[in-house]
Amino acid sequence: MATQQLPPSGAKTPAKLVATRGRAEAKEARSGRLFVAPFLIMFTVVFLIPMIVAIRQSFFTKKAAGGGLFGGGEAVDVFVGLENYAAVVTDTRFWAGIGRVVGYAAFQIPVMILMALALALVLDSFLTRHVTIYRLGFFLPYAVPGIVAAMVWMYMYTPEISPIVKGLSALGLDVNFMGENMILLSMANMTTWTFTGYNMLIFLAALQAIPHDLYEAARLDGATGFQVTTKIKVPMVRGAALLTVLLSIIGTIQLFNEPTVMATVNPWMGNDYTPMMMAYNTMLGQISPGGDGPASAISIVMALIAGGLAVVYALLQRKKD
Amino acid sequence: MTSALVDEAASTSGQVTRVSKKNRLLNGKPYRPSVDGIPTKSMMPSTTARTLTLVVLVGVLIYFLAPIFWVLVSASKSNSELISSSGFWFADIQYAQNYAKLLEWTQGDFWRWVINSVFYSTTAGVVGTLISVAAGYSLAKFRFRERGATLGFIMAGMLMPVALLTIPLYIVFNSVGLTNTIWAVLIPSCVSPFGVFLGRVYAESSVPTELLEAARLDGASEARIFFTVVLRLLAPAMVTIFLFIFVGTWNNFLLPLMMLNDSSLKPVTLGLYGMMSYFNPQKGAVMLGALLSVLPLIILFLGLQRYWQSGLAAGAVKS
Repeated sequence: MATQQLPPSGAKTPAKLVATRGRAEAKEARSGRLFVAPFLIMFTVVFLIPMIVAIRQSFFTKKAAGGGLFGGGEAVDVFVGLENYAAVVTDTRFWAGIGRVVGYAAFQIPVMILMALALALVLDSFLTRHVTIYRLGFFLPYAVPGIVAAMVWMYMYTPEISPIVKGLSALGLDVNFMGENMILLSMANMTTWTFTGYNMLIFLAALQAIPHDLYEAARLDGATGFQVTTKIKVPMVRGAALLTVLLSIIGTIQLFNEPTVMATVNPWMGNDYTPMMMAYNTMLGQISPGGDGPASAISIVMALIAGGLAVVYALLQRKKD
Repeated sequence: MTSALVDEAASTSGQVTRVSKKNRLLNGKPYRPSVDGIPTKSMMPSTTARTLTLVVLVGVLIYFLAPIFWVLVSASKSNSELISSSGFWFADIQYAQNYAKLLEWTQGDFWRWVINSVFYSTTAGVVGTLISVAAGYSLAKFRFRERGATLGFIMAGMLMPVALLTIPLYIVFNSVGLTNTIWAVLIPSCVSPFGVFLGRVYAESSVPTELLEAARLDGASEARIFFTVVLRLLAPAMVTIFLFIFVGTWNNFLLPLMMLNDSSLKPVTLGLYGMMSYFNPQKGAVMLGALLSVLPLIILFLGLQRYWQSGLAAGAVKS
């Protein structure tokens, strides 16, 4: 972290010394900036400029210039103030989408995080051998691209070919994974399948960083294995839990791949099932009002909601400590 | 590879508890020497607990691996067999027919898509790793006025929902005419705030300032120090960052979906989705395509899992 200054070589007068140090500092600053510059330029192109453009665009809408008899003519950007935002926040489709995503997250994130934590605790205990096999096996779904995972599960939900549906119906249970009441759960399963192993590895890494002296001390004090787990291990991985939940909230707000794949066989889901789908289809003009302005406004409102949720969660977590 | 895994399992999990025949007291009774990482006999869980754990863990393992196995099986079947035969076992194996159908449906573009994915992911991985490591090194080892602000920006970028940026990015790229070119996928994929974070953490802990000073006293230029000394020291971090960017690029769907129209530019994820959504295809052929598109990643994961773990560890422990 701290960069040390070169010790002045040889005896120098204080004035000379300051000058040398000043020059060395300037050189150091220049080199530092040069090394960080390529990334910063790319970061500006990919993060900052689009954000600024999105904020600007969100105040504009494409409208026909209106010269022609039928209101035709060249489409031009017209400043509309907060009209796009008003359209988003009063749009019931948007809030329905937010509602689905929030409901989905409220169920899926706890299930996934608790499962990941439980698996990590078991693998970190003396309960099992062959930890490597489980670790790899649980993590393997993460190597499957989200869109491919969604396609695979979608086929596995399709009644005619699904071994699960067939198996369940042989047991007398008829489950329609694509039904309106089930589809959020079905998609939650896709996400859980893909990301549990990833989160488990984060927990496992945090568990392995706990100094083992703590366990020994607890043992000497007469703690059982269960107490070591609940009183030492779980509290010590709170930082990792915060990280995984925050990443999951950020991931969920962008929910797009799974519903997009599911919508190809379930047309009733429409093109605005989640806010991200709505933003995408608004951009393409498949939802009215469409185009840059309204799509930017949706993205910005979503970013604000995501940021708000993340901040609220982080604050709640901090208050507990 | 296998033996390395076994070694690692033995050293990290500490589950090797066999009593060696040599470990006997003078009176002939066996004893177990205490070994670091292995619990004393009194702390060993009961056999019941271990058996129960085994059952649960194997059950969970089946949940995670069954869909992958199912893809392997389904990719060998025709549509009618998918319906008529048992879902979890092979019937009449038709990989060749499905492969021919896959190429036919994609009009020969399938391997082009795979090559595109390899190209996008590798290029973004190499460029992204270099600029991330350089930035991380700078933020760890150099002092300049804007350093704190830069760091803050990049950390904020880590928490930015990237999908939300895709639409604004499309607007920008569209206005400068970059959409439907390889740049539209490559440029955004190179930028990884997480890579900078990781590079900084590694540079802080594994590049000794004394070494840099010694090289400077020897008259080496900063560029030379970076390329010959620093990059070598940061090699493990670079593999990790490369993997993260590679996989992130390979798995990205929304970005190419927005940016690309041209079938010859598509990565394999986008190609498969198009194939699935536009036609009512031979499902076995789609599954074969899915399988072939995932194999490179799985091989990469299994081969380099050590690096993944160290990257995740840095994220979990140091943030």
